[in-house]
Amino acid sequence: MTHSILLLLLAVLVLLAFWLGERRSLSLVGGGRGIRNLHSLPYYYGMLTALWCGLPALLVMGLWLLFQNTVITGLISAHFPGDWQALDAGQRGLLINEIRNVVSGQITLEGVRPQVLAAAAEYRQMQSIANLALSGLVLVIAIAGLGFAHRQISPTLRARNAVERIFEWLLLGCSTIAVFVTIGIVLSVVYESLRFFHVVSVHEFLLGLSWSPQTALRADQAGSSGAFGAVPLFLGTAMISGIAMLIAVPVGLFSAIYLAEYADRRFRSVVKPVLEVLAGIPTVVYGFFAALTVGPALRNLGEVVGLSVASESALAAGLVMGVMIIPFISSLSDDMISAVPQSLRDGAYALGATRSETIRQVVLRAALPGIVGGVLLAISRAIGETMIVVMAAGLAANLTANPLEAVTTVTVQIVTLLTGDQEFDSPKTLAAFALGLVLFLVTLALNVVALKVVRKYREQYE
Amino acid sequence: MNAATDSPAAKAAHPVPEASATPETKTVGRITVDDPLICARNVDVFYGEKRAIKDVSIDIARNQVLAMIGPSGCGKSTFLRCFNRMNDTIEQARVAGSIKLEGQDIYDRRQDVVQLRARIGMVFQKPNPFPKSIYENVAYGPRIHGLAADRIELDEIVQTSLKRAGLWDEVKDRLGAPGTSLSGGQQQRLCIARTIAVNPEVILMDEPCSALDPIATARIEDLIDELRASYAIAIVTHSMQQAARVSQRTAYFHLGDLIEVGETDRIFTNPRHKLTEDYITGRFG
Amino acid sequence: MSKSVAETRALVEKSLRRRQWAERRFRAYGLGAVLLGLLFVVVLFTSVFSQGWSAFRQTNLTLEVFYDPAVIDPEGTADADTLAVADYPALVRAALKQRFPDVEGRTATRQLSDLVSSSAANVLQARLTADHSLMGKHETLRFLADDKVDQLLKGRISRDLDEADRALSDQQVQWIDALKHDGVLSLDFNRGFFSNGDSREPEQAGVWGAFVGSLYTLGVTLLLSFPIAVATAIYLEEFARRTRWTDLIEVNINNLAAVPSIVFGLLGLAMFLNIFGMPRSAPLVGGLVLALLTLPTIIIASRAAIKAVPPSIREAALGMGASKLQMVMHHVLPLAMPGMLTGTIIGMARALGETAPLLMIGMVAFIVDVPHSLTAPATVLPVQVFLWSDSPERAFIERTSAAIIVLLVFLVVMNATAVVLRNRFERRW
Repeated sequence: MTHSILLLLLAVLVLLAFWLGERRSLSLVGGGRGIRNLHSLPYYYGMLTALWCGLPALLVMGLWLLFQNTVITGLISAHFPGDWQALDAGQRGLLINEIRNVVSGQITLEGVRPQVLAAAAEYRQMQSIANLALSGLVLVIAIAGLGFAHRQISPTLRARNAVERIFEWLLLGCSTIAVFVTIGIVLSVVYESLRFFHVVSVHEFLLGLSWSPQTALRADQAGSSGAFGAVPLFLGTAMISGIAMLIAVPVGLFSAIYLAEYADRRFRSVVKPVLEVLAGIPTVVYGFFAALTVGPALRNLGEVVGLSVASESALAAGLVMGVMIIPFISSLSDDMISAVPQSLRDGAYALGATRSETIRQVVLRAALPGIVGGVLLAISRAIGETMIVVMAAGLAANLTANPLEAVTTVTVQIVTLLTGDQEFDSPKTLAAFALGLVLFLVTLALNVVALKVVRKYREQYE
Repeated sequence: MNAATDSPAAKAAHPVPEASATPETKTVGRITVDDPLICARNVDVFYGEKRAIKDVSIDIARNQVLAMIGPSGCGKSTFLRCFNRMNDTIEQARVAGSIKLEGQDIYDRRQDVVQLRARIGMVFQKPNPFPKSIYENVAYGPRIHGLAADRIELDEIVQTSLKRAGLWDEVKDRLGAPGTSLSGGQQQRLCIARTIAVNPEVILMDEPCSALDPIATARIEDLIDELRASYAIAIVTHSMQQAARVSQRTAYFHLGDLIEVGETDRIFTNPRHKLTEDYITGRFG
Repeated sequence: MSKSVAETRALVEKSLRRRQWAERRFRAYGLGAVLLGLLFVVVLFTSVFSQGWSAFRQTNLTLEVFYDPAVIDPEGTADADTLAVADYPALVRAALKQRFPDVEGRTATRQLSDLVSSSAANVLQARLTADHSLMGKHETLRFLADDKVDQLLKGRISRDLDEADRALSDQQVQWIDALKHDGVLSLDFNRGFFSNGDSREPEQAGVWGAFVGSLYTLGVTLLLSFPIAVATAIYLEEFARRTRWTDLIEVNINNLAAVPSIVFGLLGLAMFLNIFGMPRSAPLVGGLVLALLTLPTIIIASRAAIKAVPPSIREAALGMGASKLQMVMHHVLPLAMPGMLTGTIIGMARALGETAPLLMIGMVAFIVDVPHSLTAPATVLPVQVFLWSDSPERAFIERTSAAIIVLLVFLVVMNATAVVLRNRFERRW
C-alpha cells in the first residue's frame, strides 16, 4: 500500500468520523428539535470525533516515515557480510548510497555487484514489511480514536471547548516550529563541526593561514593531509563584502535621501519600484552577470590601463554584490529617514538651514542609529551571499589584499566542499560545516545587534 | 462665510468703525500700522483643493507682539507659517497674495528662503530640540549662517542667547548634555535661544506654551515680553488670557477669515464683531 | 547681542553662495545615486536580454534521408532489437554526403556530420520504430543543427577568427554557407527549449525539466509554509500571552529571517538527508528546505496583516458571544487573508529564485528526465541557470540568459499578482 492510498483511506475515515459524531450527538437528544439540550452545536461533536480519528494517526505516520529509512539502513548494515563490516565510515556511506540507488531504481543494474543486489533486495523486503506494518498501525489508531471519541459523546460534553483547545494547541505547535528550525540548524552544524574539530584543532582552523582542503582518497597519494586554516577565506569574504558595502552604502543612502527629500511624487512613484526590481532578482542572475559581463569587462579595462585583473577578481564579485544590496540599504534608510519626526526638520528649516544642511546635520544625525543597524543587516547579507561569489569569485584561497586578484569566500568553500558525491565523514566535508558554523554565528551576532539597535531607534520616535 | 458682518442685525449691534484705514477689506479694525516691518496683503493658502486661508491682509509692527487667536482649525497656524515660508515644506500647500518684508516680496522667485528664515525665526508648538547637545543646539544657527568668526565668538553668542532666553543659569554647567534631556519648559526656552542666536528680526511663535505646564508657561510669557524690545513677534495662541497678557495687538481668525484686528485692550474689552465677541465671551471655541 | 541686525544680514548673505553651492552639490549626489541605480537596472536587463533573446530561435537543417535497409537491417530480420541498436547516425551521414558528394576521408566526414545535432539519429529511430513501413523509403525531415552552426548563423562565432581559435573549421564554415545558400538552414522558434529536459548538447537542452522541478518544489514549499506560517501568526497575534516563550519565538523568527540561505542548505543536508535518510536531489527535500526558509517571511507578513485588522471588529464579534476561535476564523482571518496571500506570494517568489540551499541537497545533478514525482531526482530553474552558466559551450551562454528570462518572467508575474492583490483588496480602516 503506498502512502498516498493510506492517506486517502485516512481522509475517508476522518470524514466518516465527522458524520458519525455529528449524527450521534443529534440522536442523543432526539434529532434537530433537541439541539438546545446539547452543549455545543452538532458540528463540534463531529469535529471532535474527526480530530480524534485523524490527528494521532497522522502524528504516528509522520514520525514513522521520518525514521523508517534510517532504521532500515541500520538493520541492513547489521546483516552486511564480514568484509563489509570492516569498511570505514566513509566507504560504508558510499555503499549504502549505492544500495539505496538500486532500491529506488535510479541506476541501471548492469555492473552492480551481486552482494549489493542482495542487500537491495533485503532492503526492499524490509521496506514492504514496514509499509504494511505502518498501514495497519495507522488504521488501527484511527479507528481506535474514532471509537473513543464516539463513546465520549454526550449532551453535556463540551465539544466546542475541546475542539477549540485542540486548535489552540495546534496553533501553538505550529508557532514552535520556528524554534525547532533554529535548534535544528544549531544542532546539525555544531555536531558536524565538533567532529571536524576532533581532526583539526579550533586554533588551527581559525588562525591558520593556508587553506587546501583537497585530501587524497588513498593514503599513499602526495599531499594527503589537507590544510584547514580558514583565515584566507575570512579575509576574502571580508574583502568582497567590503567592496559591496562601498558601493551599496553611498548609492543606497543617497538615493533614499533623494527620493525621500528631493524627488517629487511622480518621479518617486516611477523610480522607486524600478530600483526595487533589483531586490527581486535572483542572486544566480547576479552571479551570471558578474561572471559573464562584469568580470571580463573589468579585465579588459585593466588591460587598457595596464593593470592585471584576474578574470574572477574580488572586485567584480564585490561590485555586483553591492548592486544587489543597494535596494536593501535604500529601503531601510528610507524607513529610518521617514521615521525622523517632521518637527525636527521644521526646527532646522525655521533657523534658515538649507535642505542639505537639514538632512545632513539633523535628519541623518537623528536617523544614524537606525541606518547603522540597517548597514549591519546588509553586511550580514553580504557575508552570507552565496551564488554571486560561487559564480564570480575564485576557488583559490589567496591571502591577498589586492581586490584585482581572485580570492575565495566562506560560502564558496562550503558549496565546493559539499557538492558532488563525497563520503560524508571526511574532514573535507566536515570542514564545510565548521565554516557554516562560523557563518551562522557571525551573521547571528550581526543580526541580533542590528535588530536591537533598530528597535531601540524606532521606540525613540514612537 | 462672513454672514455676521453682512447681517443688518449685527451691524446695528456693532457699528462698523468709521476709522478703518483700508475700507476695501472685509476685516473689522485697522489692519495697518505705522512703519510696518511686514505687510501681508490678500493672502490665500490652499491645501490641495481646500482653501485654508481666505484673502487675509495684516501688518506686523516692529517691537510689538501680535497675537493671533481663534478656534482650532481657523487657520492661524497656517497663516503664521506663511511668513517664513514654512508652508514650502508641505508638498500640496500653495500660497497666493503678497507678503512683504520691508517692501520686499518674500515669495519672489529671487528671494532665498534660507536668507528669509535667518531674518524671520520660528518657535514651534512642541519643543523640538535637535538630538545634539545644548550647546550645539544653540550654536547650530550661527554655524550654518557663518555668524561667528571663531570659537570665542560662537561661545559668546551661545551664552548671550541662553541668557536672553533665561536658560543660562539652569544649563551653564551642562552645556554638553543632550538637548532632549531638559524638561519641556526648558526645551522650549532652548528652542527660543536657538532662534535668537541667529539674531532674527521677527520671531514667529506657534502656540509655544501649549505643551507646557503653567509655571513654564509663565516663564515663557515673561520672556516674550522681554524679547519685544528687540524683535517683532507674532504669536499664535489658543489661550485668550495669554494673548491678553503678552500682546499689544490681537487678530481674531475664524474659518480661514481674519475677522477683526485691533489693540489688544480694545479687542478684549470692546469687540466690534459678533463672532469676536462670542469667542471672547466663551460662547464657542 | 554684540551684532546689529544689519551686520547679521551681511554675514548671512556672505555665506549664502557657498551654501547654495553645497546644496546643489548634495542634490546632485542624490540624483547621481538614483541614476546610478537605474543604470544598473538597465545594464543588467540589457545584458541578459541581448544575450538571451536569440535562444528562442534555433537553427534547423532540412535533409532528405533514406531509410536504407542495408544499414539498418542488413539481415532483414525486422525485429525490435535490431531496430533499437541500428546505426542511425550512418543514415544522417549518408544524407549529408548526398549534399556534399566530394567529401572524402574519415576526418572530413566526421566534421561534416558534426553539423547536425546528435538528436537527428534519435529522431530517425523514433520514426522508424513507430512506422515500420518507412523502411526503404526517402523522407525529408527537419533536424536540429549543431549548436556551433546555430551560433555561427547568429553571429556569435566570429568568422574573422583564426581557424585554430574557432570552434568550426574553415571547411565547416564553407559547408554551412553552402547549406545556407541552398535554403535548407532555417531559424525557427525554438520549441525544444520549452519542452526538453537538460542535455549535454546545447541545441537539445531545454528548461521544461527544471520548470517542472520548480513547480514540484514550490508546491511542497507552499503546502508546508503557508498553513504553518498562518497558524503561527494567528497564535502569536491572537492567542499568545506575552511570556518568555513567546518572546523567544518572536526573536527566533526575526533572526531566522536573516540567516543566510546556505545555512538552511546545511540543515537540509545534515538533517533531512543524513539523519532521516530522505532521497538526494528530490523536490520533496528541496521544498522542505525552502519552506523553512520562507517561513519567517510569510509569518512576518501575516502578522502585519492580522495587526491591521482593527480591534473594533474583534470586540464586535466577542460582543456577539463568539468564542475566540470563532472570532478569528470568521472575522479576523478573512479580513487579513489578502495581506497574508500577498506576503505568501512574495515569499514564494523568493523561493523560486533561491539556489544556494538546493546545491547542498544535491539538486545540482545533471538530470535529463523530466521529474515525475516528488522523490524523483530533479533540478529547478535557478539551479539550471547555474549549471548552464558553468558549461564551456558558447551556445550555453544564450541558453543561460534565456533561462534567466523565463525565470524573470515568472517572478514578474508573481510579484505583479501580489501587487494587484494588495491594491484590489487592501482596506484602509
